[in-house]
Amino acid sequence: MKKIILKIAETEYILVILFGLFILISRIFNFAPSKIIQDNFCLFFVEMITFLPFMFILIGLFDVWFPKEKVEKHIGEGSGVKGIFWVILLAMLQAGPLYGAFPVAYLLWKKGASIKNIFIYLGAFSTLKIPMLTFEIGFLGLKFSLLRTLVTLPVFILIGYIMETYLKNKNFEVKQP
Amino acid sequence: MKFLLGLTFVSLVLSLFFDKNKTILGVKKGIKMFIGLLPAILNVLILVSVFLYLVPKETLSNLLGKNSGVTGFVIAALLGSVSLIPMYITYPLAGILLKSGVSYRVLAVFITTLMMVGVLTLPLESKYFGWKVAVLRNVLSFIGAIIVGLIIGLFL
Repeated sequence: MKKIILKIAETEYILVILFGLFILISRIFNFAPSKIIQDNFCLFFVEMITFLPFMFILIGLFDVWFPKEKVEKHIGEGSGVKGIFWVILLAMLQAGPLYGAFPVAYLLWKKGASIKNIFIYLGAFSTLKIPMLTFEIGFLGLKFSLLRTLVTLPVFILIGYIMETYLKNKNFEVKQP
Repeated sequence: MKFLLGLTFVSLVLSLFFDKNKTILGVKKGIKMFIGLLPAILNVLILVSVFLYLVPKETLSNLLGKNSGVTGFVIAALLGSVSLIPMYITYPLAGILLKSGVSYRVLAVFITTLMMVGVLTLPLESKYFGWKVAVLRNVLSFIGAIIVGLIIGLFL
């Protein structure tokens, strides 16, 4: 018995199991608040379970059809509009949290990307990743997602320019820890 | 949502037409990701369900709604800056909050600071760029996120 309890405590589903128990016990004792909580949960759950698998399928398909290796070849190609374009495109194909972008920033630096483009990459990575946009459109709507994208784009390009102007003659380099 | 479902359907058909094996690989990859993230998503749904029972909709929309003041906006910006929440959880959460009366402006600033500003990851970031540059990037990103939130608030 102890073993089983320990095993359950180790799974990621511990909260789900406790929640189920809570609902069950509340039912037996007619504990009113649990009804509202349960209704909330069911509403959210049905919505998630009907849409999320499709979103993930879309993300999975995108992943196999647009490998980022193809884009990586173009990095370091000048620092004009063309360079910015490739850096943003590369960032859009990534996934994961911001701290996952730092090692890539180091690689870009090694490959000869400009200071400006390093920081534009970080900005694009954090706000324009395709998997992220998929979720954003799904949960907050196309209008919001488009507007946020259009407003954010010039903001982080500007940040890139500010960083480059500030760091130009300061022996800046990206290090590998 | 409809747009996204349509997009998934069209992509799936196109993908199948061009390469069956690649399609199967992609779908498998997606489903695998979904199953891996399911417990985390369920946990958030449970916590939000309890939270929304404890904090009534009226309170939430007064504090973070369309007519809420500067306080809610600032709290959202600071919270976004110091949190580390994966986006697979952020967006379902944001969707629920939106339906519960939280404004687009507040959600925009929260999401943007969450994505661009990382106070908790500053020590790591500084190892790549040095402290001064890492702090500067975060400060500029924070200001940028505030601007993004304000502009979105003007339209939505």
